[in-house]
Amino acid sequence: MIYFDNSATTKPYKEVVETYIKTASEYFGNPSSLHPLGKASERLLNQARELGATYLNVLPKEVYFTSGGTEGNNIAIKGTARLHKSRGRHLITTNIEHPSSLEAFQQLESEGFEVTYLEVDENGVITTNQVAAAIKSNTILVSIIHVNNEVGSILPINGIGQLLTNYPKILFHVDHVQGFGKVPLRFYEDKVDLCTISAHKFHGLKGNGILYIRDGVRVEPLMSGGKQERGNRPGTENVPGVVAMIKALRLSLQASKKNVESMEKMNRWIEKECFDLDGVVINSPTMRAPHILNMSVIGVKPEVVVQALAEKDIYVSTKSACSSKQSEPSKVLEAMGFDNDRSSTSIRLSFTYENTMEEAMLFVQAFSSTVETLKKVVEKK
Amino acid sequence: MKHIYLDYAATSPVHPEVFAAMKPYYESQFGNPSSIHHFGRQARRGLDESRELIAKAIGASFDEIIFTSGGTEADNLAIIGYATAHKEKGNHLITTKIEHHGVLHAFEFLEKQGFAVTYIDVDESGVVSPFEISNALRDDTILVSCMLGNNEVGTVQPVKTISELLSEHEAVLHTDAVQAFGMEVINVDELGVDFLAVSGHKLNGPKGIGFLYARKGLVFSPLLHGGEQERKRRAGTENVAAVIGLQKAVELSIENIDEKRSLYEGYRQEILKVFKEQNIQYEVNGSSNHYLPHILNVSFPGLSVESLLMNLDLEGVAVSSGSACTAGSIDPSHVLTAMFKDESRSHSAIRFSFGYGLTIDDVKEAAIRTAKVIHRLMK
Ligand SMILES: Cc1ncc(COP(=O)(O)O)c(C=O)c1O
Ligand SMILES: Cc1ncc(COP(=O)(O)O)c(C=O)c1O
Repeated sequence: MIYFDNSATTKPYKEVVETYIKTASEYFGNPSSLHPLGKASERLLNQARELGATYLNVLPKEVYFTSGGTEGNNIAIKGTARLHKSRGRHLITTNIEHPSSLEAFQQLESEGFEVTYLEVDENGVITTNQVAAAIKSNTILVSIIHVNNEVGSILPINGIGQLLTNYPKILFHVDHVQGFGKVPLRFYEDKVDLCTISAHKFHGLKGNGILYIRDGVRVEPLMSGGKQERGNRPGTENVPGVVAMIKALRLSLQASKKNVESMEKMNRWIEKECFDLDGVVINSPTMRAPHILNMSVIGVKPEVVVQALAEKDIYVSTKSACSSKQSEPSKVLEAMGFDNDRSSTSIRLSFTYENTMEEAMLFVQAFSSTVETLKKVVEKK
Repeated sequence: MKHIYLDYAATSPVHPEVFAAMKPYYESQFGNPSSIHHFGRQARRGLDESRELIAKAIGASFDEIIFTSGGTEADNLAIIGYATAHKEKGNHLITTKIEHHGVLHAFEFLEKQGFAVTYIDVDESGVVSPFEISNALRDDTILVSCMLGNNEVGTVQPVKTISELLSEHEAVLHTDAVQAFGMEVINVDELGVDFLAVSGHKLNGPKGIGFLYARKGLVFSPLLHGGEQERKRRAGTENVAAVIGLQKAVELSIENIDEKRSLYEGYRQEILKVFKEQNIQYEVNGSSNHYLPHILNVSFPGLSVESLLMNLDLEGVAVSSGSACTAGSIDPSHVLTAMFKDESRSHSAIRFSFGYGLTIDDVKEAAIRTAKVIHRLMK
């Protein structure tokens, strides 16, 4: 089996699952309970927060546990906009955000906010200057995806962060869900105020994520209830899921150090091999995250390619998982200026640290024969 | 000394069969249900089957079940989601004074947004009068929320009667069934509710998962925007393994309700028997007619919660002073405050709660230790 769909979700590490089950069995108390079982869970939760903060180079009180990337993005975007609307109602983002950001902005538009969607170039990036030009006196939030989930383009977070130091009233949120463990982000140095990550993209369990909120920055919570996560995220804490996530965080960062270069080499090698295939075009920009490669087989429905590969026990995806159901053209590829032939035929490979060159070679073999067969079928019609 | 856990209403351990059901979804069926390949389809199938089974368990249909991150989110989604989507229809909401904070604070949030909220009183046994609710109804009332079983004193509310009184009114009815689920037999049509919230970790399921039942056709705004998941009512990659665990927990928790009820009834009687034998002065808080048998709330006149909890802790008995979410601060419980004028009664109340794995011997031992503590403190 070759699983090249790690941007949709990753397989949890064995140790992560073990940690989850062990924690759920031994520390099942509610952290809000005052008895020893509750206290033990609370301590464990605090330890997890401290460790997580250490790995992310931030303070424990800046780490908020969420139910995943979608919730992180929603709290960051709607939570800051709604809280600060008296200061201004203008927001800036890009036209290649994940739906969990994009639709949060659309919701805010229906609440009377004005949103500028910066347009990416053919490489799937925006420039710091575009942000600078879009800033108005009533801008309160800039939210940017770090690594795009469909094509892997890397947006200039550091430049934007530096620019925004001139605008202390504008908050800066980064969707780092795809970037984490693949493309480093320095929360402090890059002047990030809020940052979202999601456990199931780095071998943790689904239903867990972290929202980093810089000390001093406030949000309006999306839910009301208990005082958990200092009121920003009420509901009984998923302690085992959190502990398992922190384990995944550590293991991924380790694996990243060791393997991110070979992952990148593998990515480049597949690109080179596929570039030479008749009818295949590469959609990802050259400057991209090491784990994503997007290409199109012109004239062939991407679902067909995905299924043909699946028959050979190779798993890739069409666009991003969340929108895989629709066979509409990819909005991201359209935003990059690709025509319909290309933007409606894209497939995405996404790697993780454990993928090998051998898998890459098997993939290229299988892919080239698949493309050849499918092209013939299409041409006959 | 053996530690005895009598705080199942705060949270409960995961049932071994629940773990067993979840494991394959971590190890081999780990796909994203939105992916169209094999792994995605496997995950999707697990998710769909669970949804179907949970729907069946409460007499609902497949697309009336929305998976959430827990009880708080389910409550918030129903209340904030419905109110914000229908604010043009009306500005008035009704709830009770004894709701869990996941409900109560959602209403307080809506008040800040400009809604008018009526908080209905309860009597000394913690029961809401359906007629007070119908009296509070206005033309512009759009939502009524009343919990099914209270988490602190266990009182079961006349939700069915409330629903009948609402039948001529356009207001919808939400019930927080987080504590009642698995103790009361629940059929959403018989109960007559439009929304119903359940949380996994109270049923020996995993933490971080729950569901909201939402009657077909009801429109409400999502709290989380994003992908197409949960028919756009709750975005975010589905927590498949936890959903599978939740389904198993739901199944286990409703298969022997009668047995559980009589078992926990026995536990209650055992504790009270020990108290009587040991000449302890106590008052049971809550209704003596209709209550959740797994919750026993007792006041010990003349004692304070703080010293009781501390000493019970030393004796290895884990109980709580109220709902766990407020326990951190030991503010006087809003539920007991609503029930009693007498402050000392709420300041001396302890909640014992029972669940899977607990034995009568443990319960008896805990009661004896409690009695010992009380005798010591009364000196
Ligand atoms: C860039 C990006 N942001 C946000 C998300 C949402 O994260 P989650 O699936 O944890 O809700 C995803 C993945 O689905 C993503 O790729
Ligand atoms: C009655 C009631 N409603 C709601 C909740 C909140 O559920 P959760 O902890 O899953 O958010 C609880 C428990 O904490 C509860 O007892």
